[in-house]
Amino acid sequence: MSSLRSRISSARPRTRALPGFCGSLTVTLLWVGLLVVIPLTALVICAAKLGPIGLWQSLDQERVLNALGLSFGAAAIASLINLPLGLLLAFVLVRRRFPGRLALDALMDLPFALPTAVAGITLVTLFSSNGWIGAPLARLGLSLAYNRAGIVIALIFIGLPFMVRTVQPVLIDQPLDVEEAASTLGATSWQTLRRVLLPAIAPSLVAGFALAFARALGEYGSVIFIAGNLPNKTEIAPLLIVTRLLEFNDSGAAAIGFAMLVGALAVLLLLGLLSRKLRPAGFR
Amino acid sequence: MNQPGTERATATLSILAAWAVAALFLILPLALVFQQAFALGWSGVANALTDPDAESAIALTLITAAISVPVNLVGGLAAAWCIAKFDFPGKTLLVSIIELPFSISPVVSGLVWVLLFGSQGWFAGELAAAHIQIIFALPGIVLATIFVTFPFVARTILPLMQEQGRDHEEAATMLGAGFFSTLWHVVLPDIKWALLAGVLLTNARAMGEFGAVSVVSGHVSGLTETIPLQIESLYDDYQSTAAFALSALLACLGLITLVAKAVLEWHITRTRRIAA
Repeated sequence: MSSLRSRISSARPRTRALPGFCGSLTVTLLWVGLLVVIPLTALVICAAKLGPIGLWQSLDQERVLNALGLSFGAAAIASLINLPLGLLLAFVLVRRRFPGRLALDALMDLPFALPTAVAGITLVTLFSSNGWIGAPLARLGLSLAYNRAGIVIALIFIGLPFMVRTVQPVLIDQPLDVEEAASTLGATSWQTLRRVLLPAIAPSLVAGFALAFARALGEYGSVIFIAGNLPNKTEIAPLLIVTRLLEFNDSGAAAIGFAMLVGALAVLLLLGLLSRKLRPAGFR
Repeated sequence: MNQPGTERATATLSILAAWAVAALFLILPLALVFQQAFALGWSGVANALTDPDAESAIALTLITAAISVPVNLVGGLAAAWCIAKFDFPGKTLLVSIIELPFSISPVVSGLVWVLLFGSQGWFAGELAAAHIQIIFALPGIVLATIFVTFPFVARTILPLMQEQGRDHEEAATMLGAGFFSTLWHVVLPDIKWALLAGVLLTNARAMGEFGAVSVVSGHVSGLTETIPLQIESLYDDYQSTAAFALSALLACLGLITLVAKAVLEWHITRTRRIAA
């Protein structure tokens, strides 16, 4: 009690030195409360109203479990593929000097800037059996559209900038001399990468994976055009939410939305802990 | 020992590999948008963009952005001001809540508004009695757009405002400046480039949002369809050229945003370096 009072009294002069605290806090709380907290509370209460048994019954259906499994699985696979791709791009952008580097750097944000519906119809046109990439693949007997592989392709596209933009600043701050020392001592570039660079940037790789995963898990627009959308096979969880709403089954939709929210937050929390753990001692 | 020859070979190889990934996932898709849009030449694009439904979609998109961007600009500024310049309990929680919409599926971002204002929602009775339509109408589209673009402004300016401390603002206050003149003459000049970058990102996402708006729109062509929804309708209707013409419009918006963001970031790092 007394420590709280002394904290308040020590904070007060600093707080009072600037005007606008009450006003800005009121605006902030209204903005956050009305536009984020109340709607999310509606989702949680809607799911809670079903009760544990009702919630389980809305989720324990073959179609729902398959959609959730597909969403989590495809997001994980795409983000795993994005690990080496993002590392390669970040590494080349930071450590190599070549013509067109700035253009390549600016291009990395394209998936952020391109609306998802545009990405969706573009990727399916590119990868379908008569597309620029799909046609040569079709001759080899491969198909990357209207199946699960297509979903992963779209999620790689969506997640790539998260990986690059998370690793890039850490790589810029990484001192070159340690790697130079390793290479002077006779390490091959592969050994330097594996023993020196990777341990140093591992936390940022995990953080980038987490961001890419969270984005891929909820992704809708770029996926539904290339997915095929067959129930139990290529139907992602966000699409099933839309389907439930069209069936006027709002509580069924809320149950799936709630499961996705909880799953996403759990994965983000676990990856956050892992990223902390990987940080070298002294930086924790 | 290392062979300089193999070193150079791996370096070249890594650059080529990076370009290959970029070509596959970034350059080819971008090129395809414009190639498809201009499949029927300029007249095809002009026809697609002057179609009444397309014009109505463009108008709705502009209105939606014109409402949701200022809301998140004012909210983001207020939040950044009280978080960066004052100490109060629950600050970390507040920051986490502001960033929460980033990790929520766009579809869920639309769903939450349906649960509040839809036909089975909390306020369904009151809204019906007052003859107010929120879902499947402009208010729902705006609310969903605000939700998905919520954190952009706050997140871009908050680190900068925290870094700047409060010396300048305190000096201005001691010299007798009020809140708004401090904001206008002291705070804004310091953060204007970051603020502009945040607004541009908010705007690009607001104009391009698909999933959240799709849930609350009702999909009435010429009435409640924004540009991304109109693209879906056209594509599903096998009007691929028209769909890609509208896509090219949004891709141009995206490209302009990318270039502007790159220029602004260059400005921000330069001002920071001068300040340091």
